Amino acid sequence: MSMEDQKPILEVNELNTTFHRNGRALPAVRDVSFSVARGEVLGLVGESGSGKSVTLRSIIGLARRYGDVTGQVRWKGSDLVAMPDRVLRHKQGREIAMIFQEPMTSLNPLLTVGLQLEESLRAHTDLQRKARHDRAVEMLDLVGIPSAAQRLKDYPHQFSGGMRQRVMIAIALAANPKLLLADEPTTALDVTIQAQILDLILRLAQDMDMGVVLVTHDLGVVAQTCDNLAVMYAGRIVEQGPVRDVLRAPGHPYTVGLMRSVPENLPPRTPLSSVPGVPPSLDALPTGCVFAPRCSSCIEPCLQDRPALTLITDRRQVACFNPVTNAKGNVA
Amino acid sequence: MSDAVFTPSQPSRIRLALRKPGFVVGILIIGFSVMLALFPGIFAPYDPNAIDYLAVRQPPSWTHPFGTDLLGRDSLSRVIWAYQVNMQMAVLATVFALVIGVVVGALVGYYRGIADLIFGRVVDAVITFPFLVLVIAVVAVLGPGLINMYIAITLVGWVYYARLMRAEVIAQMGNDYAAAGIVMGYSDRRIIFRHLLPNAITPVIVYWMTDMALAILLGSSLGYLGLGAQPPQSEWGVLIAEGRNFISTAWWLSLMPGIAIVLTGLGFSLLGDGLADLLRPRG
Repeated sequence: MSMEDQKPILEVNELNTTFHRNGRALPAVRDVSFSVARGEVLGLVGESGSGKSVTLRSIIGLARRYGDVTGQVRWKGSDLVAMPDRVLRHKQGREIAMIFQEPMTSLNPLLTVGLQLEESLRAHTDLQRKARHDRAVEMLDLVGIPSAAQRLKDYPHQFSGGMRQRVMIAIALAANPKLLLADEPTTALDVTIQAQILDLILRLAQDMDMGVVLVTHDLGVVAQTCDNLAVMYAGRIVEQGPVRDVLRAPGHPYTVGLMRSVPENLPPRTPLSSVPGVPPSLDALPTGCVFAPRCSSCIEPCLQDRPALTLITDRRQVACFNPVTNAKGNVA
Repeated sequence: MSDAVFTPSQPSRIRLALRKPGFVVGILIIGFSVMLALFPGIFAPYDPNAIDYLAVRQPPSWTHPFGTDLLGRDSLSRVIWAYQVNMQMAVLATVFALVIGVVVGALVGYYRGIADLIFGRVVDAVITFPFLVLVIAVVAVLGPGLINMYIAITLVGWVYYARLMRAEVIAQMGNDYAAAGIVMGYSDRRIIFRHLLPNAITPVIVYWMTDMALAILLGSSLGYLGLGAQPPQSEWGVLIAEGRNFISTAWWLSLMPGIAIVLTGLGFSLLGDGLADLLRPRG
């Protein structure tokens, strides 16, 4: 499917998010830029603490409650970063929705799922009571919850983890948003359920013509589901482009390392490959390339300057002075 | 084999809680105390203020189970009528502190920022002083009497509720449903009062039970010191104070209201413990 002719609905430009802890500035997100078109799925991958979740939270206006967010998030001709809370509130949930990692805590345990679905509908639609109820049943049905009408009266603890994540998706999508931010929506679920939930998200994204930003640390998930991929490390995007191209010929040594550490198609008792070392602490980033201390193809300039994200082919960007030219991972 | 479907029977929370003898005793004590407070006339054998100079300072007997005081008033009747004042204390001295504390605590816990810093200093300042000392100081300014005593306890007591509520709201904010509420575009008021508050209030309710016991103790102390209820009103602290000069000859005058205080305090504590079990989230 070619996306070239589609205009992006979300454009993130030079997004920076900084938190302050004990008088020190922590640059959680640095110079992040990407765009998402309708019906397109962007995968955001990286280790824990690489800034994936903070990027999502910065887009939807959660991060600015705790830190400084600068840059631009263009959405339908306006900038979400500069938008006052009062105006942003009408975009949240209605035009942009978000689902979370932990289905056990992302629903209010004291209210029935019916009430929580209706709450979303009351906030974002003009539907009357009866219509809201019908729509709530329809949404639960849509996300694949059996005997939806009865289950509206159930409390979150009466659902399994996977079912709760379905409820969460129903609530998030009740108002027909055009962008879904999914923050590791399957990480807390069983492997078999993971695939079901991903399929559900993708199917709904297609049906509702919705853009999706999918945060995950699972490259296998990305390979199956995403159109584009952005790899994050220490708050920066180090490589991005169409999924197939990136996975077929990764340019950044970190991407190569990530792909090598996916345990697939290996004979038994092969030691797992991993990227040596640990990500740098955000308050003590190296002066040069943030990945240099762990990088096997580190060269002299890497220690002096930070490589900028540059186009290497038509639609691919890599931030590296010494990009890998002929690497093979075991995902693509 | 029968083909009966195995359904694990889950006894309801309330039933489980009622298996604890302490909780049941607590309910009985407080239930009976409330009855005495609401209908003292039914339970008291005499008019609590009826003076009988022919039966002064009589020891406990069949006609006067708790004896009589120095004016010949029936001690049992006075202790029973005092339930009205002391149970009222338990409620009125705490309920305003509870409401103010819950609202303030929820707001500062949700918004944090400068308001939270100021709140932190207020808490530090208040808990530095012993509770009783602060309350006595406020009563000293306002003047003695029940109403002023309630005002004084509320002025100091809300801080304790607020810091409990604040901590619990902050803990609840760590759950994604709070963040989900924000990204769904719900108003702050809705997130705070519909989602966070009901989830955060359990420890506050449990503390409230304990605090009612403390309020009775505090109210009696102030009554004893002459800063709370004023004679001839029947109030346990006042009754103990009236008997204190005769403790070696007419011990029942102070002992009986003392037992009432202990018993009611025990009742509230047991009730609080039971409620804590009942309301504690189960996995």
